[in-house]
Formats: sequence, C-alpha cells, structure tokens
Amino acid sequence: MEKNAVIAIASGKGGTGKTTVAANLAWVIAEQEEAVQYLDCDVEEPNGHIFLKPKINQSEKVKVAVPDVDLEKCIGCGKCGQICQYGAIVSIKEKNVLTFEQLCHSCGGCMRVCPSNAIKSKMLDIGTLDCGKAGNVDFVSGKLQIGSVRTPALIKKVKEQIKENYIAIIDAPPGTSCPVVETLKEADFVLLVTEPTPFGLNDLKLAVDLTREMRLPFAVAINRCGMGDNKVEEYCQNEEIKIVMKLADDRRIAEAYSDGEMIIDVLPEYKKSFIGLYENISRKLKE
Amino acid sequence: MKEIVVISGKGGTGKTSIVASFAALAKNAVLADCDVDAADLHLILKPDIKQTHDFSGGKKATIITEKCIGCGKCEQICNFDAPKFDGPANSTAERTYTIEPFSCEGCGVCVQFCPVDAIEFKDAINGQWFVSETRFGTMVHAKLGIAEENSGKLVSLIRKQAKDIATKQNKEMIIVDGSPGIGCPVIASISGADLVLIVTEPTISGKHDLDRVVELTQHFKIPAAVCINKYDINTKITKQIEKRADEISLKIAGKIAYDTSVTKAQIAAKSIVEYSQNGVKEQVTSVWEKTLNILK
Repeated sequence: MEKNAVIAIASGKGGTGKTTVAANLAWVIAEQEEAVQYLDCDVEEPNGHIFLKPKINQSEKVKVAVPDVDLEKCIGCGKCGQICQYGAIVSIKEKNVLTFEQLCHSCGGCMRVCPSNAIKSKMLDIGTLDCGKAGNVDFVSGKLQIGSVRTPALIKKVKEQIKENYIAIIDAPPGTSCPVVETLKEADFVLLVTEPTPFGLNDLKLAVDLTREMRLPFAVAINRCGMGDNKVEEYCQNEEIKIVMKLADDRRIAEAYSDGEMIIDVLPEYKKSFIGLYENISRKLKE
Repeated sequence: MKEIVVISGKGGTGKTSIVASFAALAKNAVLADCDVDAADLHLILKPDIKQTHDFSGGKKATIITEKCIGCGKCEQICNFDAPKFDGPANSTAERTYTIEPFSCEGCGVCVQFCPVDAIEFKDAINGQWFVSETRFGTMVHAKLGIAEENSGKLVSLIRKQAKDIATKQNKEMIIVDGSPGIGCPVIASISGADLVLIVTEPTISGKHDLDRVVELTQHFKIPAAVCINKYDINTKITKQIEKRADEISLKIAGKIAYDTSVTKAQIAAKSIVEYSQNGVKEQVTSVWEKTLNILK
C-alpha cells in the first residue's frame, strides 16, 4: 500500500465492528512489514487498546485555551459577550464578567475584541493522549475527560500524531456529526463498517451521504453476514458501492471480541479476510 | 411526570430495541429519539409525521467573493483553519478566500475582523425536527443535517418539546432514546432526567464504556441503573459487571439473553415485546417493570 495513506474506519451505527476491523487490519498490515499506525479517534469511548494491548510509553494531558478575565482591567464594555456565539462569556453588569469554560470553543474572539486587554488565555484539560507500541503497530489513542464536550478538539490532537511514511488506520467514532467530520477530514479512503439489519442499513445510508458530501472515496464492509436480511447488499449494488469485506455472523467472533481478543489470533482462518481487505483497499487507493 | 433516558456508552448494545419495547409496554408515554445523528427508533415505531420544523443551532460564515480583497486576515485569525485561499479572482484580487463549511464552527471572529465586511454571518439550518403519531403515542424526533454540528442543542430542543407535549396530553412519562458516547449530545440527553438506564453488553469493551458512562452520570448527579443485554454471550463478564454495579451502588434493572428474534423483530419493524413470544419477551418486560420500580 501507498505510504502515507490515511484510512478511516467509520460507521453510522455504533457497535457494528469498527474497532475489530481497524485493529485486525492494522495488525495484518504490520505483518506485511509495512510501517503502520493505529489511531483511536473514538475518544469518548476508545476501545482499541483492549484488543491491541499496547505498551504506552508517552501519556500527556490535552489542553485547550479558554478565557481568563482580569476584572481589574475590565472596563465593562460587554464586547466579549457580544462576539461569543456559545454563551461561554457573559458581561452581566458593570465590570463583572462570567465565564463558562465548558461551553467555550476556543475561538479566541473575546480576547481579540477586548479593548482593554483584560482577557488572557488559560489552559483547560479536555483529555489525555496516549502513544505507544502494540507489536509492530504504532499506537495512538485519545481519551476524553468525563464531562468535557470538546470531542473534535481532542480528535484533532490525535490526528496530529499521524507520521510520515506510515499507513494510518483511524478508528472513527459512530454517528455522522462533528466528531466524525473531524475524524474523516483529509482521509484518503473511508471504510464504512455495517451490519445487515434495518438499523445498519439506515445508518449506513447516512454515513454514505456524509462521505459523499465530504467527497471522500469509500467502500463498505459488512459484518455479521447472515444475521439479518439482504437489503444492505441490494443497496450497495444499486448505489454501485463496492463491498470490500464480508465477515460471517460467527458466535466465536463475538466471544473472542467479548474477551478482548484479536480475531486473527484466536481464529486464524479469518486472517485471509483481513489480508483480502488490505489488498482491496490498496487497489481502491490506486484508482 | 417522569423522564427515563436510555443510553449506552458503547454503541450497538441494543438501546433502540429496548426503547421500542418500553414504548409498547408503557402505553401512556411520550417518546423522544435523541440519537439525532443516527436515529433508528422511527424504523420500528413507523411515525406518521404531523409537524416538521427546521432547526438552526448556530450561524455559519460565508465569504462574498466580489467583496473579498484576498488580504488573508480571516485565515490568520481563524482557530479552526476554515478559510481557504482557493476562491476565484474578482476585480480587486487574483485569488479570493472561501470558508470550508465542514471546518467553520460559527464563531464569527472572521466576520468581526474582516477589513472590508466581506463575510456574511447567517443562521445555518442544521437539521429538522418532527412531531409524529405512532401506535404507542406521540413521538418527537429529528434528523441532523449531514455533517452538521449542534447536536447537543437539537437534543435539548427535542426533550423540551417532548416535555411540553407530555404536559399538554397529561402523560405520566417520557421515554428517551439517547446516543452512544459521553460527549455533548449525551450530556444534553441526560441532564435533569429522573433516571438514566444504561444498556451494556458483557464484553470488555462494554464494561470499559459502562464505567465511563456511569462516571458521567455521577459527575452530573443523575440517578442511573444498568441493564445487561446479551448477558449469555459471556457469563464471566456478566458476573464482573454485576459485582462492579454492586460495589458502586448502581442498581441492576435486569438481564436479557442473546436471542435471534431481536434481529427478526427489527426486520419485521416490530418491538421485541410485539414480535417475540419466548423468554426474551418476558426478560424485556421484567427490565421495564424493574426500571419503573427503581424510578419510584
């Protein structure tokens, strides 16, 4: 595969097998002696470490800038509250400014408009960034602090760890809103993992709309084939979407998953599915 | 009036299937789907839409090409890398700026500082919300636009609408389907709820995510209970979850076995309690009854 390829593993619906596919794929790529990174961007509920069992050699707090008001310098003009679109800073009466750090998006607007230079920035913890090694896989994971809503900001930090000359496998969060958009930005290829059920199909359609809107090349992997109906395959055929992997609905996979095991370790007969997936994606990237 | 919110931390543990069954069992509730960026409850409840409303949760900046002088001030001050120097030429500049909509967070800083007032700042339509009738009562639901933000605001709006409808219709209960994760839409779904029911599964991932979502409910001081779905997939981890729940005084609202009829019910667009006749129907009913008891 092309070095520097950034491949995001996403899905509209949660629990379809993103992490299973991303972790096993990264492992298989490492076995082909290619430099590969696994980056867990599902920062609200990161699970990649459970399967890849990395050795973390660097862990740091991720911080964002929020306003810190010096009331001595404040002239009570109210400009900070006027520019803030998020209700994170409010000038209530003369020379009294309240800040709500958790609502702040760190746009810096209040600091720029303040005519008396009364607003400086201070740093607010939003989560942690862990880096390490899982076998030959370079491992990166973000973990959002409980109560923080700065999911996209932390995802951005995780993605800053993408290295040159590495294939990056990104484990995306579920859904189709801002955290997913932040994760998929600048990806070279998106793999949408779904399951053959009405919920799986409905959420796949949303994810397809999103990747098309973002003009990103993508393909579909169907997990738990046989558990439901054929509508996902029919939809992909009608929309001319390539299905690059099918994983069977095998109770042994569910059990291995439940214990935090890698499928390719416990059920080596599935290794060829992941090698096939790797080859299919390599081919799609050349198109 | 009581409000129960069903969430999970980890996705795909069975929230929506359980909410659909609760809707069938409650008979006198208003329903709200707050999983606004991947809503599925409508697939089972088949809502007949009575009202459609646009939702705007914020603003977006757009550059008026004819006015842009290509000075780069917007690019310099934007903290979200949204301005791109890729716009067409005009009478004053060879190249102009555009705002990349996926990156714009609607802060308005560029609008304020553009020296030639070339940036418009208009309400963005982030999605739509609906009031519908279903076979189990009124439902409020929404569709967040593709790649849109402000899901937390949309969630708050849906819960408020559901509450107003419940008051008007004299309903005793609101049942809310939440979203996975612990971020902004989840916080917006649970704040001020009477009870959060967390649906988990006996996997290491499920257990890990449960811990984080429980911590979230504790952080916001919201009463919570847990239900273990597909408990027989890994009975060892089920026991660990039960033990852990006991240690942290998290009430257990019951267990539901893995059953293929759950998927079959979904394909038939029915709730589990309408479709299944065997043990799983009784287990889901028992979870509902226990949840009501915990609520008291």
